[in-house]
Amino acid sequence: MASDVMTKLDPKSKAAAKGFSDLTIRNLFIIPTIVFLIVFNIFPLLYSLGYSFTDFRASTNNPAKFVGLQNYRDLLSDPFIWKNFSITAKYVLISVTGQVVVGFGLAMLLNRTLPLKGLITTLLLLPMMLSMAVVGLFWKLLYDPNFGIINYFLGLGKFEWLADPDVALWAIAIVDIWMWAPFVMLLSLAGLSAVPKHLYEAAEIDRAGSLYTFFRITLPMVAPILMIAIIFRTMEAFKTFDLAYVLSSQPTTELIAIRLYKMAFQEWQTGMSSAFAYIVLIMVVAITNIYVKYLNKVKAR
Amino acid sequence: MTTKLGGMLAGVAFGALTATAASAEDLVIFWAEWDPANYMQELVNEYEEETGISVTVETTPWSDFQTKAFTEFNARGSAYDMIIGDSQWLGAASEGGHYVDLTDFFKEHNLGEVMAPATVKYYAEYPGNSGKYWAIPAEGDAVGWSYRKDWFEDPAEMAAFKEKYGYDLAPPATWAQMTDIAEFFHRPDEDRYGIAIYTDNSYDAMVMGVENALFSYGADLGDFETYKVEGYVNSPEAVAALENYKKLYGYTPPGWAKTFFVENNQAITEGLVAMSMNYFAFFPALLNEATNPHAANTGFFANPAGPGGDQFAALGGQGISVVKYSENQEESMKFLEWFIKDETQKRWAELGGYTASAAVLESEEFRKATPYNEAFYQTMFKVKDFWAVPEFAELLTSANQRLYPFIVGDEGTAEETLNALAADWTATFKKYGRGE
Repeated sequence: MASDVMTKLDPKSKAAAKGFSDLTIRNLFIIPTIVFLIVFNIFPLLYSLGYSFTDFRASTNNPAKFVGLQNYRDLLSDPFIWKNFSITAKYVLISVTGQVVVGFGLAMLLNRTLPLKGLITTLLLLPMMLSMAVVGLFWKLLYDPNFGIINYFLGLGKFEWLADPDVALWAIAIVDIWMWAPFVMLLSLAGLSAVPKHLYEAAEIDRAGSLYTFFRITLPMVAPILMIAIIFRTMEAFKTFDLAYVLSSQPTTELIAIRLYKMAFQEWQTGMSSAFAYIVLIMVVAITNIYVKYLNKVKAR
Repeated sequence: MTTKLGGMLAGVAFGALTATAASAEDLVIFWAEWDPANYMQELVNEYEEETGISVTVETTPWSDFQTKAFTEFNARGSAYDMIIGDSQWLGAASEGGHYVDLTDFFKEHNLGEVMAPATVKYYAEYPGNSGKYWAIPAEGDAVGWSYRKDWFEDPAEMAAFKEKYGYDLAPPATWAQMTDIAEFFHRPDEDRYGIAIYTDNSYDAMVMGVENALFSYGADLGDFETYKVEGYVNSPEAVAALENYKKLYGYTPPGWAKTFFVENNQAITEGLVAMSMNYFAFFPALLNEATNPHAANTGFFANPAGPGGDQFAALGGQGISVVKYSENQEESMKFLEWFIKDETQKRWAELGGYTASAAVLESEEFRKATPYNEAFYQTMFKVKDFWAVPEFAELLTSANQRLYPFIVGDEGTAEETLNALAADWTATFKKYGRGE
């Protein structure tokens, strides 16, 4: 059945000369990938699901004891964990909204005739090519209240970006926006350039205002691709670790990925952290599903 | 031709065999990435000269040290033959079966008396008073203080201080004096600040800082025999100590909310503060003109006493252990025999390592070797440490979660903070069945 839908092997090819069938070649490509996926993804996923119901600690030689749903109960009733979740939600909201606004705004600016447009676009894309840890380290210097360039230019004196518990999360989100707004810009640019020109011409003939044109033509036409950017960025922001870890150690910036890392690799609570990882996984899958459903709706429209 | 080929193959095989034999004798010591590890590499190079067995000190950044070490232990890996691990790891590494039991070695060489008592108690023995030893004290360390001698000795400053506080400006003998001095020198308008303390709430940085206040105020973390913490970590003395630590935070430079040893040395090298808390192991850099422009004006003092006259300091430092999964355990034990020799310990101190050997520590030669050795010597006989139970990291997490919002975030009171911490620790000990 499967071989019916496959492209036939060229009888003159070297593979055919060696006696490989279409099916053999397909398997040669697919089986290593499937084996890799099973060994490095599926197996650990199922194994850690098992651990999530035990009190296992990898740092001891004690055998894992089955504790049922105890880990899940403990985690979901821990006020510190809920704080981590609410911090993460706030971070995702600030960061993704900022990236969409800045990224889409930049794309709108670049979607017109500009001198040196290619160079500007390339320069704008540079931040997202840098390593997260490196970005974190140099933004730490930029934010420094004693010699940081940000306070100097904004005339903020000794303003404590990362030491102030109320501001630190915003400071990290600003770095994330700086780094990833170009990604949204890139996708938005692709969407904007695909909007048929005749729609704008028709709107012009009908004397539609620029705001009306933006909300009725530009935004709906770019929405599907923008939604894809939002899905990617939400998932990434949800699992942010390095940027927040390098920049600040405020409890107000302890995202779930950081708490999970500490629980798994500093405290070695393997069973508990497996349960935590599953809770995070379920949440990410749920949020992504909502987005995908919305994306399909937008596309259908 | 055949003979030639055979000869070549035999040569290659012999080469391969000897290479394998040589590599089997190479020893690897795992430690954190800092100056003492470089001194240790210099020391072990001398072991290679003597015995022909090469020893490599492999390092990783401090932030990664615990994770990397335990990942290797958990995988039962033989990458490291010995490890110079933190004192808090003793419980986890011994109960987890990752360290070789060194009790016989310890007794055979009478190390309980050869090494300074505090180092034996905290770097080597687990559980406390059990007589079971898992490490040889290697790098003694504790928290001390550096200060700007030129600021303290400035006649105008001295007169102004005496007029304001009624006593002479000098390295503080008590925490109350230290707070006065920090307040006195805290002048944000002049870009001068009072003091640099640990505030980083990842791993043990801030907790070690708070311990200095807590122990000197006469408080304790708990009863290490019964695991009772109520009435200890939240005693009135502990509450007063925490209040004092928070007060000191008010005299730190701006942005002092994630600081540990690097930042605290920078506070001195950049001329920001009058006094700075740090482990003694980081003080050599402060006497180096190349790394500290104020080297000639930097002085040192031991952690001051509390209001009741108690004087203790938080313990740093590490012991060297043999990894259970090492394929070179016998060679590692021979290395330890060399390491504990008096002449090796003396050489270790000469190279910049902080020996734990009581004889070397007590010698005039050692105490006068650097401006901070005397303070180090005094401190090493009055140190206390954090819990060394296998779940120490969970206890650290609770401490960080409770202490940081109070000290840096100005949330709640010292009493509420420590009551909550006592409840957290009690729950953790209960979870692991301790003290029952």
